[in-house]
Amino acid sequence: MKKSRRIQQIIVYLFLIGGAAFCLLPLFWLVRSSMMNSLQIFEMPPKWIPSPFRLQNYVEALTTIDFFQFFRNTLFITVSCLFGALFSSSIGAYSYARLEWPGRRLFFGLLLASMMLPSAVTLIPTFIGWRFADLINTYFPLILPVWLGSAFDIFLLRQFYSTIPKDMDEAAYVDGAGPWTIFTRIIIPLSKPPLIVIGLFSFMNSWNDFMGPLVYLNEERKFTLALGLQMFQSLHSAQWHLLMAASTVVILPVIVVFFIGQRYFIEGITLTGMKG
Amino acid sequence: MKIGGIHIQHKRRIAMAGILFALPSILGLMLFVMLPMLASLLLSFTDYRIVNTPKFIGLANYIRLFDGTDPYFYNSLWVTLKYVILRVPLGLVFSFMAAFLLNMQFIRGKSVFRTIFYLPSIVPAVASSMIWLWLFSPDLGLFNSFLEALNLPTLNWLYSEQTVVPSIVLMSLWGMGSTIIIFLAGLQGVPRSLYEAATVDGAGALRKFQHITIPMMTPIIFFNLIMGSIGAFQVFTEALIMTQGGPNNASLFYNYYIYRQAFQFGEMGQASAIAWILFIIILLVTVIFFRTSKSWVFYESEV
Repeated sequence: MKKSRRIQQIIVYLFLIGGAAFCLLPLFWLVRSSMMNSLQIFEMPPKWIPSPFRLQNYVEALTTIDFFQFFRNTLFITVSCLFGALFSSSIGAYSYARLEWPGRRLFFGLLLASMMLPSAVTLIPTFIGWRFADLINTYFPLILPVWLGSAFDIFLLRQFYSTIPKDMDEAAYVDGAGPWTIFTRIIIPLSKPPLIVIGLFSFMNSWNDFMGPLVYLNEERKFTLALGLQMFQSLHSAQWHLLMAASTVVILPVIVVFFIGQRYFIEGITLTGMKG
Repeated sequence: MKIGGIHIQHKRRIAMAGILFALPSILGLMLFVMLPMLASLLLSFTDYRIVNTPKFIGLANYIRLFDGTDPYFYNSLWVTLKYVILRVPLGLVFSFMAAFLLNMQFIRGKSVFRTIFYLPSIVPAVASSMIWLWLFSPDLGLFNSFLEALNLPTLNWLYSEQTVVPSIVLMSLWGMGSTIIIFLAGLQGVPRSLYEAATVDGAGALRKFQHITIPMMTPIIFFNLIMGSIGAFQVFTEALIMTQGGPNNASLFYNYYIYRQAFQFGEMGQASAIAWILFIIILLVTVIFFRTSKSWVFYESEV
């Protein structure tokens, strides 16, 4: 009995380790390939560890096209969107969760429904609209919509705001406080963790966004990292070692942010899934 | 009387604040959801090639698609359907299994496994496309050298009409992290007392799984089924970067087809019609799922 239990446990571990290997192998392969020279990388059968480690690849990849410019652009967009997401979702969620006004249910329902809408449906007219406004090849189409609220963030934050006892608002109203005071003095200080979650998701979204920059930006010096990486690939598709180095550079900031904010990521995803 | 007046005034003040606070999101809803939806519906009945002014042509765009004048429509519909049918069930089964095993009591290092499983899903789609393009490389890729080492026939992965969609499905399974975490959170929420009661009644592991775990998890399975399907219908970046819809349009996924029609060929009217068909398909699928959910999704509150 005891022995068969042991074997069962080992089998479960083997499955989990297999899964973990499947998750890590591509990342390992990326880093490994990014440090090989152009001869080693073509060797068959492939070697697992580069020798020598060729860090020069990173220098070459980063100077072949202007990655630092792309980095700055991406950072600018990401930070602008981050503030937009925090602003619009916090005030929006507060209103939908705790203030009574006519049409509240209707608009919140529409907001939820809009999450199911495939982005392709709105993309074309939105593009045409930006074109009429003569704002193609600027960052407005990437940033402004975020300042006007993302349904997902509002939903997530509203879930959290609904858990704060309403008595607190009532007590504050009796003391003569208005909604704005309650929002800034009570709600915001209590909602640091979910705001961090929203900040992290927003960071990931803008950093990883590909379709937006692809459609709206057409001048190389305005490109984001994601777009720059694609351009790099189309120019140097056979130089796998450089392409892998460039990809590593694009991924690295996301990984760093993930490890710093890991706890919040897990919390955030859990929060979305729970209220299906 | 006075108190009543103050009360009304207070209510009005809150309503004003409520509208003001929700204003950005209402504006966003109008500007970036409702208006574009209406516009794209109208555009879908026009001939509009970005350079000319839109000309009303009735249902011609739709007819062109359904009668096969546009040879790519059915092709891309079929390719996307194939992807959804493979990807959604496989994704659910794999991530559920991973979460289930991870949730077993004796497992040590849970959070390490959880981090590892989640890690791939934060990788930007462009970068993961590059990585997998390299892994799938027929002559130099890791996968084929594995197959060679095992003396198995090598595959052409992304470069063969038969294997391109399964290859992209395999790649997409790599990024299942958030689904695993949602399942894991759900599993942790199943009350221990249910399992204990079942043990007292002499139920084995399989019966517990079948009669407690699965029923208690159906709402979360349902949530992941809906979100997974909506996402799978919209697969895009992989097609654009890895295959450009090839070989021979075998990975011309629907969203890529829309993109190509709109932004490479400039056929905005036609592309709007194609997009609306996708919208209706997703709507239908969602409605069907919701309809059937009554018979298999179990909500605790119903007990």
